[in-house]
Amino acid sequence: MASNLPPKPTLEHSTTTSGGLAHEHHERPRGMLRWLLTTNHKEIGTLYLIFSLTMFFIGGIFALVVRAELFQPGLQLVQPEFFNQMTTMHGLIMVFGAVMPAFVGLANWMVPLQVGAPDMALPRLNNFSFWLLPVAFTLLLSTLLMPGGGPNFGWTFYAPLSTTYAPPSTTFFILSLHMAGISSILGAINIIATILNLRAPGMRLMDMPLFVWTWLITAFLLIAVMPILAGVITMMLMDINFGTSFFNAAGGGDPVLFQHLFWFFGHPEVYIMILPAFGIVSAIIPTFARKPLFGYASMVYATASIAILSFLVWAHHMFVVGLPLVAELFFMFTTMLIAVPTGVKVFNWIATLFQGSITFETAMLFALAFVVLFSIGGFSGLMLAIAPADFQYHDTYFVVAHFHYVLVPGAIFAIMAGVYYWLPKWTGHYPDERLGRWHFWMSVIGVNLTFFPMHFSGLAGMPRRIPDYALQFADFNMVSSVGALMFGVSQLLFVWGVIKCVRGGEKAPAKAWEGAEDLEWSVPSPAPLHTFDTPPDFKPVTH
Amino acid sequence: MRKTLAWIMGAGSFLGLASSTLANGWNMPAGVTDVSREIYSLHMTIFWICVVIGIVVFGVMFYSLFRYRRSRGAKSANFHENTSVEVVWTAVPLLILVGMALPATATLKRMYDASEADLDVMVTGQQWRWHYEYLGENVSFTSSLSTPRSQINGEEEKGENYLLDVDQPLVLPVGRKVRFLMTSDDVIHSWWVPDLAVKQDSIPGFVNENWVRIEEPGIYRGQCAELCGKDHAFMPVVVRALEGDEFDSWLAERRKEAEAEASGVDREWSMDELMERGEQVYGAICATCHQPDGSGAEPTFPALAGNEALLNDRDRHIDVVLNGVSGTPMAAFRSNLNPVELAAVITYERNAWGNESGDVVQPSEIQALLEQ
Ligand code: HEM
Ligand SMILES: [Cu+2]
Repeated sequence: MASNLPPKPTLEHSTTTSGGLAHEHHERPRGMLRWLLTTNHKEIGTLYLIFSLTMFFIGGIFALVVRAELFQPGLQLVQPEFFNQMTTMHGLIMVFGAVMPAFVGLANWMVPLQVGAPDMALPRLNNFSFWLLPVAFTLLLSTLLMPGGGPNFGWTFYAPLSTTYAPPSTTFFILSLHMAGISSILGAINIIATILNLRAPGMRLMDMPLFVWTWLITAFLLIAVMPILAGVITMMLMDINFGTSFFNAAGGGDPVLFQHLFWFFGHPEVYIMILPAFGIVSAIIPTFARKPLFGYASMVYATASIAILSFLVWAHHMFVVGLPLVAELFFMFTTMLIAVPTGVKVFNWIATLFQGSITFETAMLFALAFVVLFSIGGFSGLMLAIAPADFQYHDTYFVVAHFHYVLVPGAIFAIMAGVYYWLPKWTGHYPDERLGRWHFWMSVIGVNLTFFPMHFSGLAGMPRRIPDYALQFADFNMVSSVGALMFGVSQLLFVWGVIKCVRGGEKAPAKAWEGAEDLEWSVPSPAPLHTFDTPPDFKPVTH
Repeated sequence: MRKTLAWIMGAGSFLGLASSTLANGWNMPAGVTDVSREIYSLHMTIFWICVVIGIVVFGVMFYSLFRYRRSRGAKSANFHENTSVEVVWTAVPLLILVGMALPATATLKRMYDASEADLDVMVTGQQWRWHYEYLGENVSFTSSLSTPRSQINGEEEKGENYLLDVDQPLVLPVGRKVRFLMTSDDVIHSWWVPDLAVKQDSIPGFVNENWVRIEEPGIYRGQCAELCGKDHAFMPVVVRALEGDEFDSWLAERRKEAEAEASGVDREWSMDELMERGEQVYGAICATCHQPDGSGAEPTFPALAGNEALLNDRDRHIDVVLNGVSGTPMAAFRSNLNPVELAAVITYERNAWGNESGDVVQPSEIQALLEQ
């Protein structure tokens, strides 16, 4: 396939716009201090991405512990207490430590470049938002070493398992989640301020690249729901330490209230983890199909309607908690409805491919796999939306298959596609295509081997979050475990590819991809530390 | 591209092969009730709808990827909008969904109608076993995992129903409408039997309803579905469905046993009798947390062996077992165990594993406390 790739644009193309280059203003601190004190959006973006990758590997190791224990029936490697800590930490780390910071990192790097701004609107706040994260997650990880162990109640931490019955370290878990939440809210405020105030003159909202649009909407979601999470964990804190009974039935509290609050945060949260991915894919597919994105406006409207609907579907996670019939029906209908705008997006991407002039660079491969595999997750989502059937699916591996399809070959593939797509801009070098293709195919095979069989084990009756299982689930679990190992190992290829690209490789011009249109491609590659000190000349492209 | 196709075909044939060699189920069971079959058919309908949409959508996608490759000389068109197409692909999915929502609504309504039941069973989740009470019948018992530890730890070969066996299954009649009332003594559990299509959370402080009308006699197995702590994987559900008359005589038998047990409250029990009975109760109920040797698991589950504070305070010991300790996982057992069981297990805890208090707690004493 290598020979099928088109020649890269030549270096002569690297004309840059007037605002493309700027000069260093002042002496900057060196060494560690430079990174600790930096207020530069590119450096902070890099910090976020490195942090996210680190968490991705830590969370991945936890997942491999889980899969190793589940390789065969019986308890072999770990005891149930530790197993539960591994599933919980895996979920928390991947959601709050890997996926969300990766998107914030990409936003830091790309939003100012895509709207023609010199930096984020609030650079010092930006530094603070980032540095909260290493503190929060060091604290979270340290709970594993505390007496009684770390959080063991699942990433959804349902009360009263997470309050009355929780290990003593839970208070630290709450503190670290508060910090991660503050970081997210501050990051979101910064992104909104940047997008609304610092766009290049002449760039209207409906001229913005979709990555900017999806992030704008995501940032509003974050501001809306992170305080709910903060509220619910504060109520837990009070129940645990100050004798209140918000969620303690024995004291007149209501354990179901916990779930309503959690999922009122939690469902928008799952969209927080996918909307920016839609934006990335909407940049990559037109670039390598060499054709404008089909239905730009409908993409924006679909994103907005998904965001609004996401506040109205939370109880689809609670179909079996004993809601009244009308509530079940309401949440079933709204959940089915959300599949419509989701479908529109997929159709738009495919219409973009139709009659294009398509090439298969690594970024494109990941974006295409995203479209297919995310859709499979959408299909199982549609099945789960059917409330009567959810009485059978709920809390089984079928749900595990669903959300891993939308999150791993969904969110994470989109992040990787974005990294391969923007690496030339960040480093000035093209990523190694051969290595990229190896990484891609190993990941695609690994991901499907891991998660496809989970549909079957779930339908056949295997509950989620169990360290040991009945014999009829053995074959599926063995395949999943082998796939997980393969997926995990192939991520080393990713790291290798990125390091290689940072160190050298074929030089990239300003406009690294022939079909790429947005503003970031008008500044030199690698992008100098300061860009757009004077606003660029923005000419709307056809959207 | 050819490689991609080869890979897809390879994967397809792998899945085909896998499906034929996997003897065990890999789809939702259709089950043995009207409701379970309706759910199964909803499941299959929505599944096939997804398959058809998938074939069309991915078909167009892969066609485009193949046909419009630049390496085949494709030149890109420049269109980026088409209102009628966009209206169609918004409206058609909407219509399909309405078509799906109608039967789903009908089924859900049936599932929610638990009225006019012939038998009421109270199901109480406890870490980590199920307690069943036949309401108004004076019959109740606890059902716990009976798979031996040695099988779990791999010291012995795993049996056919590994992890899906209990000491006492829930016995239900065929052909009658049974209403379940679900609650919990501690954390949230979820009572689930796939063949009956009943999955309902059991939540402390709530009583949830669900119901079933089983059509075929047999043994139906399931598991707790909601993460409930350490032994979540080890609290199976087993339902034994009997023909109506067999069920009636089983229930009568159990009622008689319960009456016999109740009469035991009045007589004086010897230390040996209490120790023997207490060991059984301890093994079935207490050992999951406090460990078979009474060593506990600090800091959450205190040790009972050599626990001076406890041994020096007999009244507190009785109080803790009867009423639990609020704010901790220690549950109140006053309504889950009968006076004989309570007296026996307390006596056992005060005299086992080197605890040599010599105390005997008589069922009559517990009975008196319960009546206060
Ligand atoms: C077509 C769109 C979708 C529909 C109709 C849908 C529907 C559902 C339903 C009904 C459930 C609850 C299942 C159960 O617990 O019984 C669920 C779970 C879940 N979904 Fe989706 N979903 C969709 C897309 C997504 C997307 C885009 C994401 C995230 C990127 C996502 C992430 C999740 C997660 C994380 C869970 C499970 C959380 C947990 O219990 O741990 N879903 N989905
Ligand atoms: Cu949801």
